[in-house]
Amino acid sequence: MEMAWLYGLLGGLMIGTGGAVLLLGTGRIMGASGIVGGLVDGTGSDRGPTLAFLIGLIGAPALFTFGGWAVNTQATSQLWLLISAGLCVGIGTRFANGCTSGHGVCGLSRFSLRGLVATLFYIGAGVVTVSVMRIGFGI
Amino acid sequence: MMRAVLSLVSGALFGAGLHVSGMTDTSRVRGFLDIAGHWDPTLAFVMGGAILPMLLAWRMTRGRVPLAGGAFPSPPANTLNRPLVFGSILFGIGWGLVGLCPGPAIASISYGGWPGAVFLVAMLAGMWAVPPLRRMLDRQASHA
Repeated sequence: MEMAWLYGLLGGLMIGTGGAVLLLGTGRIMGASGIVGGLVDGTGSDRGPTLAFLIGLIGAPALFTFGGWAVNTQATSQLWLLISAGLCVGIGTRFANGCTSGHGVCGLSRFSLRGLVATLFYIGAGVVTVSVMRIGFGI
Repeated sequence: MMRAVLSLVSGALFGAGLHVSGMTDTSRVRGFLDIAGHWDPTLAFVMGGAILPMLLAWRMTRGRVPLAGGAFPSPPANTLNRPLVFGSILFGIGWGLVGLCPGPAIASISYGGWPGAVFLVAMLAGMWAVPPLRRMLDRQASHA
C-alpha cells in the first residue's frame, strides 16, 4: 500500500482516541489483554461495558469489510505455530499485566517505567524471534 | 448504560484504527520486527499516533473524575519484577512467531478465518491458565 506510514499514523490516532474515550469516559485503561483476560479468568469486573468494548473492537473491522475495504491479513496457517504463539501471547501478557495497547500505548503515554521496560522487552524478543525464524529457518 | 456506550465507541475506534493502520496485516507487524531484513516502519507510526491522544487524555485526568463516574487509575507503580520481564519476553516471542498481539487477535474474529480463530483460542486458554500457574509458582517459591 502506498503511503503506509500515513495510514499508520491515522489509524494510530484513532486507536489513541479510543483509549482516550475509555479513560476519560469510564476510568479504564484500554489494554486488550487486561480487558479480555479479566473476562476469561473471572478477575475482571464491569462485564457489560467489557462486552460492549469487545463488540466494537470486533464489529468495526467487520463493517469496513462489509463496506468493501477488505482486511489484508496474512497469518500463517501452520497449526503448531498458531497454537504455540497464542499460548505465549496469552500467558506472557497476563504475567506482564499488559500488551502492546496497555503497556505500549497507555503506559508510555503516562511515562510509566513498567510500560517502558515491558515494551523494550517484548519488541526485543519479537525482533530476535523474527530474525531467527527468517535467517535460521526461512519462515 | 453510559459506561457501555462509551466502551462500545472506544472499542470501535480501536478496531477501526487497527484496520486503517494496516495492523490487521500480520506480515506488516512482523515486518516491523524484521530490522535485519526488509524493515517496515509502519508500526512505529501507529504507536506514535496512538500515544499522542493518550498524552492529552492523561493530562486531562488531573483534578477530574471519569465522565460516567468512578475513579481514574492510580499512578503507575514503578516496581520492576520478574513477571513483568519474563512475561513480556514470552509475549514478544509469540508476537514475533505469528504477528498477532491481543487487540488484533480479538478483532480478527471477523476477518482472520480459521488461523486467527486458532490463535485466539490458544491465547484465551493461556490467559485462563495464568491464575493457577501463578499459584503454583508461588507455592514452589515459598517451599524453596
